[in-house]
Amino acid sequence: MIHQDVKRYLVVFVITLALFVTTLGVSSFFSKRKLENIKTIQDQIGIDIMSSETQFQLLQELSCKDVAANTLSDTLNDLADKIAYSEQNIKNTDEVTELKRYYSLLEIKDYLLMQKIKAKCGTTVVPVFYFYTTAEKCSECIKQSAVLTELRRDYPEMRVYSFDYNLDLSALQSLIKIFKVEDTKLPALVMDEKLYTGFQSIEDIERAMPQIIKMREKRLKAEASAKALQELEAKTLEAKNLKN
Amino acid sequence: MDGAREILFYAFSFVSLYVQVFFLIVFLQKRKDLLVRTEKIQLPNYPAVTITVPAYNESHNIEKTVKSLLEMDYPKDKLFILIIDDGSTDNTWQVMQQYVNNPQIQLFKKENGGKYSANNLGLEKSTTPFVGSLDSDSMVHPESLKRIMTYFFDASVMAVAPTILTYKPKTIIQRAQSVEYDFSIYVKKMLSFVNAIHVTPGPFSIFRSTVFKQIGPYRHAHNTEDQEIALRMQENHMKIEHAPDAFVYTISPPGVNGLYRQRLRWIYGFIKNTIDYRHLLFRRRYGNIGFITLPSGIVSILSVIFLLFFTLYNIVSFLWNKVLALSATGFTLHPETVKLDWFYVPTSAILFLTILVYLAVFNSLFIGQKIKSGKIKLSFNIILFFFVYSIVAPFWMMKAIYNALLGYQSSWTAERDARGI
Repeated sequence: MIHQDVKRYLVVFVITLALFVTTLGVSSFFSKRKLENIKTIQDQIGIDIMSSETQFQLLQELSCKDVAANTLSDTLNDLADKIAYSEQNIKNTDEVTELKRYYSLLEIKDYLLMQKIKAKCGTTVVPVFYFYTTAEKCSECIKQSAVLTELRRDYPEMRVYSFDYNLDLSALQSLIKIFKVEDTKLPALVMDEKLYTGFQSIEDIERAMPQIIKMREKRLKAEASAKALQELEAKTLEAKNLKN
Repeated sequence: MDGAREILFYAFSFVSLYVQVFFLIVFLQKRKDLLVRTEKIQLPNYPAVTITVPAYNESHNIEKTVKSLLEMDYPKDKLFILIIDDGSTDNTWQVMQQYVNNPQIQLFKKENGGKYSANNLGLEKSTTPFVGSLDSDSMVHPESLKRIMTYFFDASVMAVAPTILTYKPKTIIQRAQSVEYDFSIYVKKMLSFVNAIHVTPGPFSIFRSTVFKQIGPYRHAHNTEDQEIALRMQENHMKIEHAPDAFVYTISPPGVNGLYRQRLRWIYGFIKNTIDYRHLLFRRRYGNIGFITLPSGIVSILSVIFLLFFTLYNIVSFLWNKVLALSATGFTLHPETVKLDWFYVPTSAILFLTILVYLAVFNSLFIGQKIKSGKIKLSFNIILFFFVYSIVAPFWMMKAIYNALLGYQSSWTAERDARGI
């Protein structure tokens, strides 16, 4: 082997390494952007929750109409989806774990706020606590997540607070203690403050929380009458225009 | 487990990328020496050459093969053809009789002993300073021999390998192979630039006859005598060149089974010959053959197998999760929930590395096409190539490893039966 060959091996190694590292860097850049996106959503939610809490503390009363406008269902759901996606697809586990800790805290704060709102304005959302594990393969958890995603779509009144059981967060550990959730019985759901362990089907959940069905019917009825009213208004406007 | 899988993926990607970058650097350094002639050429002198055509049950193909040799643009008094019937059980010998009065051709019949033995008979009977062979399922381009012989004006060149192309690819499998052969033109030329060719293909590699006098005749070599002789030459520091414009057209296997059998023999031969010549590995005095060609061959076998399992694992996990979810919720269609958020665009390192390696492979393929025909062609055959090879190749590679471990010899006869020859 001649000197030129050795030199070529080294040059090729440096170029390959540069290409390799650049590719990993590009991927890492996108992952970071995604995690930043989650962080931004979380910050927004954090501000919204804090704002509502502050309003509560300042005025001791908050118009129930404003509360309805403040419900964070869509944003929370979007966040939940992104956190779930990141758990599976983004390998920067430390950062994802950090975001999950923040997310879990936001969920608990949101729950506490919702409790206050419930006391003042009656039931606006029905909380469901969902505990899963990522420490081991949990096919029941995959099934449970799918069921909850499906239900969340059908029942916007239901607010799912999902928690990675093994997350190191003292507030979460308190919640686990309060509900007496055991790590050997995951997935676990808390519905109407009652603990259910193992997989719960759509029907099981509907049975455990019959109020969501009633709330849904009420919402559908309200939506139908709003639609009818809108149509009536449109027709009246049309008739008026014709007359003119 | 996940971590180990990923580390393996990164390791294989790095080595694959390293090899592709290596070829690219060689290409950039040596592209001025790349000789591709499209016009007819004249040689200052025409050395005498003997071509052996070993034939076993080749009654259907041999006429085409011999015709292509006779039509080559080379002085008739300098080109000798020895057709050797290697104990055929069909009427090959009868078909050969039409050449009995041709002064350029000599006919021989022997007991069946395998291709290497027929080639060795050819070596025994030849008296010319240059010798070669042509498999009886292959045809040569009229200019090929002249183009090859120009390389021998360099006294250090001891053998020249041609460029093999598929003859009139028709079936899906043949069209997929045609892409692989285009790819090989580039790889082989780059290897020749760094003196690291590990195979002088049966179809029309030409040698100085002194090669065999110095290092001995062909050996059985696990039915891949063309690999073994090249490795033996490398062991003896004999230079092997590659003529990218010396085209030989070979009838490639038309079906999956034939391709599987052929590649099983090639890969089995590669593994066994690499074991036999393991003393060439990572030894400075043997140069690039031991540092690039043989290790990259071994890594490519392992990585193709790994990639199959890696992909299968990912597909099965994905489908399993979907099945689990569907078993819990039943099938529901929610078109309104399709997310058009950039967040969900896959940007994993594994995906980007896969794209990078594939781009490098495409680059090699396009340079191969450019060398062959002067232009780049984006054809459907490329998709067929990736599809067929990524599915079938891991199986012949796994079987070859299995056979090599247990010492099961690959069979020429089974391959020929599968190819319908």
